[in-house]
Amino acid sequence: MNEISEEPADGAAAEPQPLALDNWHREHGARMVGFAGYSMPVQYEGIIAEHLWTREHAGLFDVGHMGQLIVSGAGAAQALEALLPGDISKLKPGRVRYSLLLSESGGILDDLMVTNRGDQYYLVVNGATKWDDIAHLREFLPDEITLNHLDDYGLLALQGPAAGKVMEALGVKPALEGAPELDDLKFMQAGSFLWGEIELGISRTGYTGEDGFEISVQAEHIAALAQALVEMPDVKPIGLGARDSLRLEAGLPLYGHDLTHETDPVSADLAFAISKSRRAEGGFPGAERIVGLLEQGPGRIRAGLALDGRMAAREGALVFSGETQVGTVTSGGFSPTLQHPIAMAYLDAGVAADGTVLAIEMRGKRLEARVVPMPFVTHRYRR
Amino acid sequence: MSRYFTTDHEWVEVSGDAGTVGITDYAQGQLGDITFVELPAPGQAVNKGDSVAVVDSVKAASDVYTPVSGTVSEANSALEEAPELVNAEAESGGWLFRITVSNPGEIDGLMDETAYKAYIAEL
Repeated sequence: MNEISEEPADGAAAEPQPLALDNWHREHGARMVGFAGYSMPVQYEGIIAEHLWTREHAGLFDVGHMGQLIVSGAGAAQALEALLPGDISKLKPGRVRYSLLLSESGGILDDLMVTNRGDQYYLVVNGATKWDDIAHLREFLPDEITLNHLDDYGLLALQGPAAGKVMEALGVKPALEGAPELDDLKFMQAGSFLWGEIELGISRTGYTGEDGFEISVQAEHIAALAQALVEMPDVKPIGLGARDSLRLEAGLPLYGHDLTHETDPVSADLAFAISKSRRAEGGFPGAERIVGLLEQGPGRIRAGLALDGRMAAREGALVFSGETQVGTVTSGGFSPTLQHPIAMAYLDAGVAADGTVLAIEMRGKRLEARVVPMPFVTHRYRR
Repeated sequence: MSRYFTTDHEWVEVSGDAGTVGITDYAQGQLGDITFVELPAPGQAVNKGDSVAVVDSVKAASDVYTPVSGTVSEANSALEEAPELVNAEAESGGWLFRITVSNPGEIDGLMDETAYKAYIAEL
């Protein structure tokens, strides 16, 4: 036996670092793997069981490998707008926006979440790219803007239809009197809360397509919080394996696979992240190229493919229309919810319309695949 | 009947020139939930070490190498509808294929159960 489509090694080649919850994961039966430079839980009881549990109840994910950054100082919004295509200066306090760190040529250096915390901006960036992101931000943010890496904070995600009920049972209060209760937060809103004496930065966001929360907490308190959550009957710990299959079903791209520094936001089908005013005014890296692509339409575009049978198409598989290669799979696997394989691919624009029948070559076989809209599994965000 | 193991975590049970091949319980545990098994066609002649089957898990696809040379005589058709049988019964009902062994001497290079257990204890 030899894995022939193992995930490429992400992040540093050095010995993986332990997360703040390392012992807790092992005590809960996790199998640990190296990912993004950290030793992380890939699964506990099994990927499919964990995946389905999250869709039906609530799953707790340790995403402490991700980078949590604070950007502050007078003019921080404008400074970020010089690096991102989002309308950060119009982002209200307590609101979260998905955005992209862009290179001069309009390639995606990372995808990230930006939260307006009132007096500062809180960024969550990918684990495997965070050191490059920090270097990039330090280089390009003006001197009067301060960048802090919250490396003494952990990050948990609680995802699934029971997440709201679970957080209510946990009993958190707004940190500021008169601020909205946690249950009043809608998708892409955030606030500061107290769990007893412990401060939690909570946003109603996630990477599964389900309702849920992401919770930033000082590393010294994370084990107590994780334990309090999994002691609730609706909550189980969920590993990276199910995180990947859940995000794939939700049609959400994974940096390093579906997005790279060579991918532009339009081809990546992330044009929604380029705010209207920014399209008109430009002033972000690669603006000219990106606005041009918006006007002309991209030559290739990220699209969803559904396959019959059970044999999965994997990253790197070539997509054909007749004898012509028309695309490449960037993520693929068996969908536990749909019970058939699904994939994301970059397809030539001419064959990317929903319903187009294509073929994916896997191990010398041609698998029939149909272009389908994403998400593959309907989002159930709290709007 | 005797059962032998490879360092790649396949097992073969041999009785005369009839062999049955599968992956070990250790291997299925490492792979996690198995969603598809690509099996060889009966009649296919194979050489020891050839990749003759593929086990697809949620995470990844893995080659299965035949521990012995010979001719495939049967594939486990139960796995077409129920690939998870490899998780549940890797070393019994989740066998992958049967083979008519052409070179019984190849068995000598494989591990017995005691040696295999010692081998995986070191991993």
